[in-house]
Amino acid sequence: MLVTGIQYPVSSISLMSTPSVIIKNLSKSYGKVEAISDISLTVDKGEIFGCIGPDGAGKTTLFRILVTLLVPDNGSASVEGYDVVSDFKKIRKIVGYMPGRFSLYQDLSVEENLKFFASSFKTTIEENYYLIEDIYKQIEPFKKRLAGKLSGGMKQKLALSCALIHKPEILFLDEPTTGVDAVSRKEFWDMLKRLKEWGITIMVSTPYMDEAALCDRVALMQDGEIMSINTPAGIINAHKKPLASVRTNNMFKLVEDLLSMNDCHSAYRFGASVHFTPKSDQLKTEVLLQNLRKLGHNDIEVAPISPEIEDCFMELMTIA
Amino acid sequence: MRTILFILQKEFIQIFRNKTMLPIIFVVPLVQLMVLSYTATFEIKNVNLFIVDQDNSPASRNLASKFKGSPFYTVVDFSVSYIVAEEALINNKTDQILQIPPGFEKGIISHKESNLQVTTNAINGSAASLMSAYALSIIKDYNSNIIVEQLGLRHPPDPIRISSAFWYNPELNYFTYMVPGILVLLVTIISAFLSAMNIVREKEIGTIEQINVTPIRKYQFIVGKLIPFWFIALFELAFGLILAKLMFDIPMLGSLGLIFFVAGVYILVTLGLGLLISTLTNTQQQSMFLTYFFMIIFILMSGLFTPVQSMPEWAQWLNKLNPIAYFIDVMRMVLLKGSVFSDISKQFFSLLGLAVLLNMLAVWRYRKVA
Repeated sequence: MLVTGIQYPVSSISLMSTPSVIIKNLSKSYGKVEAISDISLTVDKGEIFGCIGPDGAGKTTLFRILVTLLVPDNGSASVEGYDVVSDFKKIRKIVGYMPGRFSLYQDLSVEENLKFFASSFKTTIEENYYLIEDIYKQIEPFKKRLAGKLSGGMKQKLALSCALIHKPEILFLDEPTTGVDAVSRKEFWDMLKRLKEWGITIMVSTPYMDEAALCDRVALMQDGEIMSINTPAGIINAHKKPLASVRTNNMFKLVEDLLSMNDCHSAYRFGASVHFTPKSDQLKTEVLLQNLRKLGHNDIEVAPISPEIEDCFMELMTIA
Repeated sequence: MRTILFILQKEFIQIFRNKTMLPIIFVVPLVQLMVLSYTATFEIKNVNLFIVDQDNSPASRNLASKFKGSPFYTVVDFSVSYIVAEEALINNKTDQILQIPPGFEKGIISHKESNLQVTTNAINGSAASLMSAYALSIIKDYNSNIIVEQLGLRHPPDPIRISSAFWYNPELNYFTYMVPGILVLLVTIISAFLSAMNIVREKEIGTIEQINVTPIRKYQFIVGKLIPFWFIALFELAFGLILAKLMFDIPMLGSLGLIFFVAGVYILVTLGLGLLISTLTNTQQQSMFLTYFFMIIFILMSGLFTPVQSMPEWAQWLNKLNPIAYFIDVMRMVLLKGSVFSDISKQFFSLLGLAVLLNMLAVWRYRKVA
């Protein structure tokens, strides 16, 4: 998985051009709640950029500003060189947006939805069919079916087709895989990889840490702020602390006991085990085993592991 | 322009795919015309009368038979006891009691004077005054007969003979009066409710998000949303007029072209109201209630049921903002009187002003919120 040398693929054209998205010190509040505060980032042409973070991190607000549905309070943002406030009309012609909630007409058929969105961008299905062919042909057998009667995975494919039908320069996908089964999620990411080959910049948000590895670069977000922007490999490499996966017969008590230890930097549930980071730079397995036995744990397994994105996220949260 | 056509195409597909839509368009006018035209009447027929005849003389029986013969009265019971009659009044079995006291005939013959008592249930005040008026007119009629026939006196000639003719509705037919107004309600409900709900629906389902990131302009969206209901409402009016002609033989003295011309502007007012409401609300339920609120006020103040002239002055001023009142006026004047444009120009320009005002307000609000 580790690709060194090339951080993210860049085509020769984009090297000379400006980034797709430039965000500078962007803030937006809803009343007293600050949804995003002082965010700055750039997205390069042709890359898949992921905004990773839990619910309420500000991902949707950020996306809605970028697709001109919201006006920011402070800071500036531009998409393909157009300002999101003053040039919103131009941006609307060149972006494809897939909101987190299914927002197509449930009482129109698959084909009618696609046709309507194509014509609202003054184009036709035929003109850009090559772009959506891969995706659309999977739902084409059901093209007479009403969109409301489609399964979750098919709705998502239709929504992506509709967002793509006008050949956008940049695609904003807000939590496209939330509530979608594992197989469909994998298929969806395969589709994104293929879209990237057409030179379309893709900005995607997701609460799933495992999807971060599929992006070219990611921004880890929490409480309206960006904690880190890097390539997935870069984020993992930045995690310097040792990490261990711990399991015992009393998992229920384990997190609490680990957190009570002097040498504990962090401990949190991770699937079927607990991930533990010591304060010291080295993991002293023997000391840990002893301490756990003293606290009444049996069948103890301690294994040093290399961190995943989620570990890095937890680490960044612990520091913050 | 092409964008608007695409929106129109989409709207019509959605409207006619909606399974409740066709019944609304075709059944609602039929039911409204049938039910409201027959029930929204002020005539009182079949007044239930209880007769307490304590005299039991030819004179009292003669009076009772006058009531029995009246088309307005149904005599429900007779008794000699007033208490029994009062019980019937309390139990709602009768609306009115006619009490003829003992010595009624004797009084007429010997003293040339006699008393009667009429008791009326006045829970519904306007109905009570009508019922008393009916009773009084029958008694008055009976009275003049006694003077002429029984007492052998010559009827004094009336110094002034009053004979009235009712213009534009000679038989005082309530259908003729009500049906044009009910047609206005029909057009109003279809256009205001459906347009308000249709736009809010896009907000509620979230589709407006997707529309807003397309190059579709706001005015294109609004025009595309409102035009279908403009046509549907005009179609409703035509359908309603045909039903009115076939079912009630409503006179159509004036120009139908003029009716449709004014209706075209009137529907712009109601669509503007619907649009404004849709910018103020977020769910179909909210927009329903808000539209209902305005409709009730507009309809009750419109002069459909009660004449505007009898409302307090402030209400008459308020009615200058009531589009329904103007259009009901126009419908009645053109259909029943054969008024031409110059007769209804005041109403027409008021409607035009309201249309411009409401739509400007709605578009301004719409820009601000969406």
